[in-house]
Amino acid sequence: MPAGDARPVLEVRDLRTVFQTRGGEVHAVNSVSFDVKPGELLGVVGESGSGKSVTMMSLVGLLPMPPAEVRGGEVLLDGEDLLKVSPARLRDVRGGEVGFIFQDPMTSLNPVFTVGFQIIEPIRRHMGLNKRQARERAVELLELVGIPGARGRLSDYPHQFSGGMRQRVMIAIALACDPKVLIADEPTTALDVTIQAQILEIVEDLRARLGMAIVWITHDLGVVAGIADRVMVMYGGQVVEHAPVHPLFNDPRHPYTRALLRTIPTVTGARADKLQVIEGQPPMLGAAPSACPFRDRCPLAFDRCHAENPLREVVAPNHDVACFHPLAHTAKEAVA
Amino acid sequence: MLTFTIRRLLFAIPTLLFIALVIFLLLELAPGDPMANVPLTVPSEVKEQMRVALGLGEPMHIRFWKWIIQFFWIEPLNVFDALFGTGFAEGKLRIISWQNRAPVFIAIAERIPQTLWVVGTAYVVAILIAIPVGIYSAYRQYSIFDQAGTFVTMVGFSVPPFFSGVLVILIFAVQLRWFPSIYDTTLEVNSWEAFGMQVRQMFLPVMVLALQITSQLSRFMRASMLDNLNQDYVRTARAKGLRENTVVLVHVLRNSMIPVVTVIALGVPSIFGGAIITEQVFKVNGIGQLLITAIQANDLPMVQTLTFIFAVLIVLFNLIADVLYGMLDPRIRYD
Repeated sequence: MPAGDARPVLEVRDLRTVFQTRGGEVHAVNSVSFDVKPGELLGVVGESGSGKSVTMMSLVGLLPMPPAEVRGGEVLLDGEDLLKVSPARLRDVRGGEVGFIFQDPMTSLNPVFTVGFQIIEPIRRHMGLNKRQARERAVELLELVGIPGARGRLSDYPHQFSGGMRQRVMIAIALACDPKVLIADEPTTALDVTIQAQILEIVEDLRARLGMAIVWITHDLGVVAGIADRVMVMYGGQVVEHAPVHPLFNDPRHPYTRALLRTIPTVTGARADKLQVIEGQPPMLGAAPSACPFRDRCPLAFDRCHAENPLREVVAPNHDVACFHPLAHTAKEAVA
Repeated sequence: MLTFTIRRLLFAIPTLLFIALVIFLLLELAPGDPMANVPLTVPSEVKEQMRVALGLGEPMHIRFWKWIIQFFWIEPLNVFDALFGTGFAEGKLRIISWQNRAPVFIAIAERIPQTLWVVGTAYVVAILIAIPVGIYSAYRQYSIFDQAGTFVTMVGFSVPPFFSGVLVILIFAVQLRWFPSIYDTTLEVNSWEAFGMQVRQMFLPVMVLALQITSQLSRFMRASMLDNLNQDYVRTARAKGLRENTVVLVHVLRNSMIPVVTVIALGVPSIFGGAIITEQVFKVNGIGQLLITAIQANDLPMVQTLTFIFAVLIVLFNLIADVLYGMLDPRIRYD
């Protein structure tokens, strides 16, 4: 699907975000780098607090500043560094070139405005259409995301829609101005499985038709396995492993990725006595990491992990991992 | 919505009748004698005759019934006559004040303009100040502006008007001599000069009242804005690339106004009720002052009628607040 050698539409280099809190600084994003090509779907996984959402919100200045502060890095959208542009230009990018879908469709729409008003707002803002044209576009969008009777539903309020329908409206808003990049922050987490499947289908379909790049943040490894081209695993505000979807699931290298994959209960074979868990808590980062953030929970940790923070190293084509342990650098076959 | 309004209006009738009865019984049970101010040299038989002449000789339920008839039938007829020059109410006994034997409603009609001017202006001024202050304080929470606002509202909230009233008289009327300390009701506004005079004499009472109302409203507005500023839909609005002004003044404000509008509507009856203390301090002879002198003189028809009018206004504006709530918040449907 994605053209292998196309230029990435979004390139993030060395992004660092810090929160100033009463208890001191929290380093939420530490030197995160990744890129997405047009038509590609990048899955971002990791447990709560691993910095997935904060990373994506930092890209377009959606974090409240203060307390948040983007300390460094580059966010190149088609070569333009979004961390250096004016607030006005950033507003043009938000909703215009970068679309957002959020986790909870129940609260993400404004309850006192009609759905039509909320879809038309970004269309008029970014595409400069008049009221009538914007309305037509809104109807098209609602039809695109599969809302029956789209024209009649423009004047309905969010509370008159079900959860799944509201998430479709959110998708329609995110797609309103043909964005180059769509950032979906756990868009299916709040939905039940059947609705989740429908939403996934819509996104797959839209990606094929509109050819935008998608960054899909989720807890759900099953979803990632189903739709992603590449996967980025985050832990402690860093990328610990990054690979195309098949190698990642078949041959995970980082101990954290392996542990994550082990936590998925299996439906075949003997039933496990207990659900697998990763013992311990994710770290609170009071300073930029000087050692591997996973060391305290890692079964393979050794001296060096406590002294130095591993950098991402390429271990296979398109596959990099941030781990010192030799196991991370040997392919599965070689171990077996 | 219409059905709801009609149903609520119908429900209001028994409520108001019950309130009228309670007010009547309370006044009836309270100690006090309309003849208490008559000199002791007047023999007690004469006083008794005067009481009978006031209608006090009749049993309680008859007097209550008469008052009901007068309030709901004869007085409206009088209003109708006054408006269209007809004579339906001729020869029918109106509600008569015991103090001056004049119809109660004429006294009320004389007093209402002063109260509406002073208290009404204070209310409007307070709303106009409180809403922007509340919005900005919430948007820049814990900023210097917000901290200063919190301090001023706390002062405005906790200092009673009998103190702040005297204080502003001392500062602006006695020391600076900018504004008169006494409100002159006889002033006729028929020229620009007189209008300027009217504004100047309203200034101090309006200031005292507005400080109090602004304090309450701006805190309310601020809290309501803060509730909404952290909502997910605000992030959505920003993610759509809307201007910060649009995000705050359209998306957040519309949601925040819902409870505030209700509070404003519920506060309107208190404008008609007057501000008893402030009116006393500045000698504004409005409704509040009318009520307090009527209570002092044991003028039961006046007290009964005024109190009941307040009750009607409160019931009415409760209904208006509910209807407004339904109009502002699409999630609320009454049918």
